[in-house]
Amino acid sequence: MHESLVVAGKEFRDGLRNRWVLAITLVFALLAIALAWFGAAVSGEVGFTRVATTIASLASLAVFLIPLIALMLAYDSIVGEDENGTLLLLMTYPLSRTGLLAGKFLGHAAILGLSTLLGFGIAGAVIVVFDSEATVSALAGPFGLFIGSAILLGWSFLAISYLISAIAHEKARAAGMALFVWFFFVLVYDLTLLGILVGTEGQVSKGLFQVLLMINPTDIFRLINLTGFEQVAEASGMLAIATSDNHSIAGLMALLGLWVIVPLAAAAAVFRRRRT
Amino acid sequence: MTNAVNLEQLSCHFDDVGALDKLNLTLKSGEVLGLLGHNGAGKSTAMKLILGILVPTSGRVRVFGEDPRGPDSGRLRLQLGYLPENVSFYDNLTGREVLRFFARLKRAEPKEVNRLLTRVGLDHAAGRRVRTYSKGMRQRLGLAQALLGKPRLLLLDEPTVGLDPIATRDVYSTIDELRAQGTGIIISSHVLPGIETHVDRVAILGRGSLLAEGTIEELRGRAGLPLTIRIRQQASAQPPGTDFHSAILGVTDEGDGNRVLTVQPEHKLTVLNELLKLPGIEDLSVEPPTLEHLYAHFDSELNEGETQYA
Repeated sequence: MHESLVVAGKEFRDGLRNRWVLAITLVFALLAIALAWFGAAVSGEVGFTRVATTIASLASLAVFLIPLIALMLAYDSIVGEDENGTLLLLMTYPLSRTGLLAGKFLGHAAILGLSTLLGFGIAGAVIVVFDSEATVSALAGPFGLFIGSAILLGWSFLAISYLISAIAHEKARAAGMALFVWFFFVLVYDLTLLGILVGTEGQVSKGLFQVLLMINPTDIFRLINLTGFEQVAEASGMLAIATSDNHSIAGLMALLGLWVIVPLAAAAAVFRRRRT
Repeated sequence: MTNAVNLEQLSCHFDDVGALDKLNLTLKSGEVLGLLGHNGAGKSTAMKLILGILVPTSGRVRVFGEDPRGPDSGRLRLQLGYLPENVSFYDNLTGREVLRFFARLKRAEPKEVNRLLTRVGLDHAAGRRVRTYSKGMRQRLGLAQALLGKPRLLLLDEPTVGLDPIATRDVYSTIDELRAQGTGIIISSHVLPGIETHVDRVAILGRGSLLAEGTIEELRGRAGLPLTIRIRQQASAQPPGTDFHSAILGVTDEGDGNRVLTVQPEHKLTVLNELLKLPGIEDLSVEPPTLEHLYAHFDSELNEGETQYA
């Protein structure tokens, strides 16, 4: 445990030094404020829009960005240490492979979690201060849920990138695999689902469709942030099918949590068998 | 007292490629063993087996009488120091931060960090990022890392590669110092000159097997390699020919009265006596076969053995 915390501390310091924390925080804060301000431009006005609309646009943006950032942050976490020679060295220290993986993940999770919280938190504060109609009490619930689920989404892709890094034997290959994973979960998966839906003229059983949505963390994230907002559900197309059933938010969050634990456990298993 | 390292019939194979074959080797505390061999001879594999990073295919590894992969390996590892062959550390951290990180993992005292940085001559660069370090500086940082926590067994994989002569001398004086304190040390190297006076024994590996093992003197005796005697005579003086003494195997003339003689080692003294009586002799020096010669000898024995069976 002591060793894992030492590793986590080193990883976090590395993240600060790399300016990862600063960069992610700034990107999230600026995009969130911009979306809140210009969200209504489509309807011909500029100014802060309704919270629900802001969250909906933020969610669709976060679904693209967060997985990409998480994958970039950690695709070389293990294979990179291997190529540096530090993995070999660390294995001669009183530190188990699982302990090393847990420590590194903790450090990366702290980097991503902190910058997500800071970035979107700053945006939330700016909206409250400058938008006369927004109140803390109205904003806190949905925004808090959005930030919480965004952090979980980030961690789930962090866990996936650890799995990639444990499998790959070259850094370049890990980068390729990370890009593929991003492409698949963020772009291809929903398009395919939509294709199936259209191709079968909606004859897919609803249960099956629900299950198909659950095996993609980005869809779970969307569901969390769109459920409960009637107005949002109207605007979100395909997901309206799923949202018409009332999912429990807690259940969806737990499912997203599962998307953190399962890939991480798989990464630990692969890492234990890795030869170095 | 238990040996620092005991290897018994140790074999290790990767995907049917034998990296190490039935290796027997021991190291006592306070002893320095030179592990020699060309690239791919199995030096690094042997070290990784001792460290418990690799699992032996067959045979037994004991470090201070314990299995390095056993349940108590965590405690055992606190007593080991290892300098890997190629290590580049974390580019974005400073040298001091890197060493502090490893010190925490090894539960070494924090003040050891600065002491070791001074010892390897990195104190002036400790606040700079490792990204800006030269190869030699990284190697020094690696050495400082290996010395954390006062290890009882030190494994150095090519410690002097990339170091300038002064830094190399520093490494060897550190090794001498640690040996005096009772640390068992294994140094692998393919840079042979310089290592000779700092090792108690050498083990020569070739293609995963032990070719020869013993003190350098023993190996010299076993190989029976000829000595080299250099003489300088006045230009006008009559040079000695191969018929000068039966033990002289060859004479090469290097000009200006300088001549190099190869001599059978068992007749060293008689030949020297005769040479001193030569007219016009000005200088004379005796060079025993170097480790390099020994290595070439034992390696060619392996090659001959292979062609015989081929």
